Amino acid sequence: MEKLLELENIHVSFQTYGGEVKAVRGVSFTLDKGESLAIVGESGSGKSVTSKSIMRLLPNKIGSIKQGSIKFQGKDLAKASEREMEKIRGAEISMIFQDPMTSLNPTMTIGKQIMEGLRKHQNMSKSEAKERSINLLKLVGIPNPELRVDEYPHQFSGGMRQRVVIAIALSCNPKVLIADEPTTALDVTIQAQILDLMRDLQDKTGTAIILITHDLGVVANLAQRVAVMYGGMIVETGTVDEIFYKPKHPYTWGLLASMPKINAESKELLAIPGTPPDLMNPPKGCPFAARCPYAMEVCLENMPEATDVSSSHKAACWLLDERAPKVEPPEEALVGGAR
Amino acid sequence: MLRYITQRILYMLLTLLIIATITFFLMKLLPGSPFNNQDKLTETQRYALNEKYGLNDPVPVQYINYITKLAQGDLGYTFQFDGRTVNSLIVNGMGPSATVGFEALLFGTIVGLLLGILAALRHNTFLDYGAMVIAVFGIAIPSFVFAGLLQYYVGVKLGWLPVAFWNGPEYHIMPAFSLSVGVIATVARFMRTEMLEILGTDYILMARSKGVSKSAVIFKHSVRNSLIPIVTILGPMAIGLITGSLVIENIFAIPGIGEQFVKAITVNDYPVIMGTTIFYSFLIVSIILIVDILYGIIDPRIRVAGGKS
Repeated sequence: MEKLLELENIHVSFQTYGGEVKAVRGVSFTLDKGESLAIVGESGSGKSVTSKSIMRLLPNKIGSIKQGSIKFQGKDLAKASEREMEKIRGAEISMIFQDPMTSLNPTMTIGKQIMEGLRKHQNMSKSEAKERSINLLKLVGIPNPELRVDEYPHQFSGGMRQRVVIAIALSCNPKVLIADEPTTALDVTIQAQILDLMRDLQDKTGTAIILITHDLGVVANLAQRVAVMYGGMIVETGTVDEIFYKPKHPYTWGLLASMPKINAESKELLAIPGTPPDLMNPPKGCPFAARCPYAMEVCLENMPEATDVSSSHKAACWLLDERAPKVEPPEEALVGGAR
Repeated sequence: MLRYITQRILYMLLTLLIIATITFFLMKLLPGSPFNNQDKLTETQRYALNEKYGLNDPVPVQYINYITKLAQGDLGYTFQFDGRTVNSLIVNGMGPSATVGFEALLFGTIVGLLLGILAALRHNTFLDYGAMVIAVFGIAIPSFVFAGLLQYYVGVKLGWLPVAFWNGPEYHIMPAFSLSVGVIATVARFMRTEMLEILGTDYILMARSKGVSKSAVIFKHSVRNSLIPIVTILGPMAIGLITGSLVIENIFAIPGIGEQFVKAITVNDYPVIMGTTIFYSFLIVSIILIVDILYGIIDPRIRVAGGKS
């Protein structure tokens, strides 16, 4: 498989009045052509920042990539100029944002907003671009696209707007689509529709997807591989099956345990106690150590190395060290009773 | 939309009638009368003058007469010059007033917008702070202070521009500039705040994620949307210019409506006071209407709402 996108040891920091916030601390992952990778983690774990740094859309005065490389088809995006990035954004890598209610310009017709990228990247004439926009709207399942193309965002519902956003993102057949919590702001019924649409479009276009989410249900629906982020680092990566059925990192256990289950006997919803680490002064050792029920002394002092569990499965946890005591994942973290 | 506009115009006329009524009676409450401070007039002459202008009739009768004429667009005769109508005074004075006002509004809006956009794009830099300091001064210091300073330094000391009067394009510069300072300040501040807010929205990020160039993001997405509140304040600002020009016209001895108005008040020239007030009110309500219509053109969300009502 060809490596389409390769992040290596990415560090991203924000300069704030209080000091430097190290939001991403050494993230590495790869994305193959046509693959879908989910990045999972709670708020503040650095997943959105990672995705924005791929697009180089970090707030430019305060946020910056401190070190590391982002290789896209051999080119390092971390060092690309703004002009080079403009050619890549929308054409090669595009993005879907969380809230469709705010991600469309309220004073521009839907058609114009779709056409913008087409005209820029594919040198289409106005009429060609408009025709393509209508086709795209049809593709994402918007009825009467010929009429709707000249309407404004406020004339669309939330789900419809997200379809429009998807149409915009896919308009120039990008190789990578970054979907930053694409369903979080939508009704549950609409969520399923949007996920179906995304999967369907991925089958048709072969676009690779990076799905940023905190919803494990969404992950199971769409992704092939999962990276679990915590405290600005990737703590565990693996295939969907490996993460759901053979999780190795206690944080992943916690995430799985806190997922509501339809057949659960207890009505109580489990949470991971404690709060995420302060990234202004990140802990020396494992970022999860302070909340981890299995934490050992070594966890507080030293950051664990990523350990290979299988060829596709890695976890950064001292429990995987051969000297560590054997610990089994808790009952609640088991999906469907498999081990 | 047409129904909406007709409705608005009807309300406008009603507003004007109320303003005319209130002004009429308030003016009658003013001490003195047009001819009693001219000591050379005898009692009979004064009576004859009052009779000529209908000032001996009971107040309600005067009111009915005035409103009837007003409805026909006739603002009556001035007391100051024999046989001249208020309409002709206003028409003559309107040229210079409108010119200064328009020049100030145009110049002020353009400079203010540029200043605001620059400040927002260079947020938290020296340029931003500089623009905002200018804006604070512009709002805090009244236009006549600038007028006086300009007259003294540019007009008298340097001698670059004529100090007063209205005899050609070079006479416009100082009054228009003095009037525009407030506009620059207000527009710059609004534009900066609005631009900053819009530059932080998701749809700007979305536009950038499409690969739209920075300049296109600024002009096609941010500036246009930031203009919406500017259009709203443009109305009150135009009104401010009209009232501001009262003072400026006097300082620069511009033969405009403002100057007429001030003179009329000092000599109790009732028809001119009335006429000018009604004319100003007419301008103001018209501006408000125009702003509301403009609003609909810029912001499609309002267009739809307006169309339904």
